Amino acid sequence: MNRALLEVEGLHHWFGGLHVIDGVDLSCPEGVVKAVIGPNGAGKSTLFHLIGGALRPRTGSIRVGGKETAGLPSHRMARLGVARTFQSSRLFPGMSVLDNVLVGLHVRGRSGFLADALLPSSARSEERALRARALEALERLGIAELAQADAAGLPFGRQRIVEIARALAPKPRLLLLDEPACGLNNSETADLAERIRAIRAGGVTVLLVEHDMSLVMEVADQIAVLHYGRKIADGTPREIQADPDVISVYLGAADA
Amino acid sequence: MRALPPGLRRYAALAGLCAAVVLVQVLLSALHAEQYLVQLTMAAWYSLVAVGLCLLMGHTGQVSMGHGGFLAIGGYASAVLTTLAIPAAGASGTALLLRSLGILAARQDPATGADALAVAPWAAFPCALLLAAAVAFLVGIPVLRLKGHYLAMATLAFGFIVSRLLLGLKFCGEADGISGIPAFRLFAGLAVSGKKALRVPNYYEAWAVVALACFLSVNLMGSRTGRALRAIHGDEEAAAAMGIDTARAKLSVFVLSAVLSALGGVGIAHFGGGIGPGEAAVLKSVRYVALVAAGGMGSLWGTLAVSSVLTFLSLRGVFGLYDDAVFGAILVAAMLFAPEGVPRALAGGARRAASLPRGRGRPA
Repeated sequence: MNRALLEVEGLHHWFGGLHVIDGVDLSCPEGVVKAVIGPNGAGKSTLFHLIGGALRPRTGSIRVGGKETAGLPSHRMARLGVARTFQSSRLFPGMSVLDNVLVGLHVRGRSGFLADALLPSSARSEERALRARALEALERLGIAELAQADAAGLPFGRQRIVEIARALAPKPRLLLLDEPACGLNNSETADLAERIRAIRAGGVTVLLVEHDMSLVMEVADQIAVLHYGRKIADGTPREIQADPDVISVYLGAADA
Repeated sequence: MRALPPGLRRYAALAGLCAAVVLVQVLLSALHAEQYLVQLTMAAWYSLVAVGLCLLMGHTGQVSMGHGGFLAIGGYASAVLTTLAIPAAGASGTALLLRSLGILAARQDPATGADALAVAPWAAFPCALLLAAAVAFLVGIPVLRLKGHYLAMATLAFGFIVSRLLLGLKFCGEADGISGIPAFRLFAGLAVSGKKALRVPNYYEAWAVVALACFLSVNLMGSRTGRALRAIHGDEEAAAAMGIDTARAKLSVFVLSAVLSALGGVGIAHFGGGIGPGEAAVLKSVRYVALVAAGGMGSLWGTLAVSSVLTFLSLRGVFGLYDDAVFGAILVAAMLFAPEGVPRALAGGARRAASLPRGRGRPA
């Protein structure tokens, strides 16, 4: 097995008296698609927010590529190569698809506030290079023709793809997908599975939170199962499908 | 316009502004109506606040109901420093050295008529802008963590504090404000001052500064930074996930808009020769918000058009006793009937009336 790109150890988080993440360990090797599943309220989204930097964990360690990142804010995580998509579409309204992807490439630019105000010509070649990369990202996902479209006006399924293009444009090491199949129909979900496999083939490690079991079983190399903030199982899809604890959580065993 | 290289196309509207400024002056001079240039000059200085707020509110989505405070800070800083009355007789060696460097300038103590020293306007100028920037920085760090109504209330409170301080501080002249502010001499005989003979150059000076502020705004909004600011406006959490340091970006725009406002304050103080605590009044700050809202929030040129016309009319006394009420009504009406701004609503109405094919609306 490859070395772990993401290592989570002894992670705890609580809101008021509610212990939503209760000592979670999680390891995601480089180059795999790892899924985190669990019933509603299991703490999947909170775990995502903790890894992505939107929330600061109470205790515990999160390492990306060996570097301790627990408590770093989102924008620092993005600079470390951790990109994410959101559960509901969070494209920037009033901006074109291309501009949305260009915002995704923010970490690849260097021009500063004052230089941008005073000397626009200094940043022009950088801007050209970013634009080319943005178009390339759209092309790779087969949506180059949408470049000038108003992002927020696109159908939901397209918005999701634009969000993925925006996250992938800066070539992240780790991509966090928060319920990417949510709101998609069957053919769109099948298309999404194809894209996730292509992302993995491109060398990007994927961590996926998802409700859609068919998608998870189809694309995940490894699956971790959360239940009430604790990890109850971790393994290959085949192992997870056979795990008695998982079956009891999902189907409700006699002792539940 | 199609013949212009893309780098220059964004400055087309700026060139239009310059042309309009020249046209207005030529017309007024030809009609022997140069007295109107006085209010147009003041409108230019006040419009700097609107230009700064357009960046902050329109583009970055951060409301400020306290920017009159920053105009007052700039104006008062320059006013206080340039009207000091350090007795010239028996001045220390340091004072004499500063005088020989031109940092201190001779003037008459208005109370005693004796020779006195005060800070020269060009030396007071960076102090005024730096003070506004420092205050904006210190206020902005805690306040910009707030969003929406809470940010509006906190900035409103900031405006109140500045206003009450100016009314209470002895060296700020309390309710009288500061008068006798000297002319701000520039180069080649030019000066920012209310002298009748200098009406035309003063008009051009003020509008040149506005054009410069617009130049900076246009550059900023067309850049990677400007894109980041619009992203913050759209969705702050998503912007942060894209690697944008949202707190820092918001603070930078806040400071820039405060400095532009302070610049307007310095202009007003030296042009009018006096400044009063009314500049920091809350209703003044609300007025700037109304101008940006009526101008179309993110539209620089719409904001500038609305701001110069309405401020000019207000300064001419057209609205009489209902001055503040008119601006309040404009704010409400703009929100209700023309959320995309009055200029764009008018253009849309004209297009519909002429039933022309619809063109693509281009954000400024």
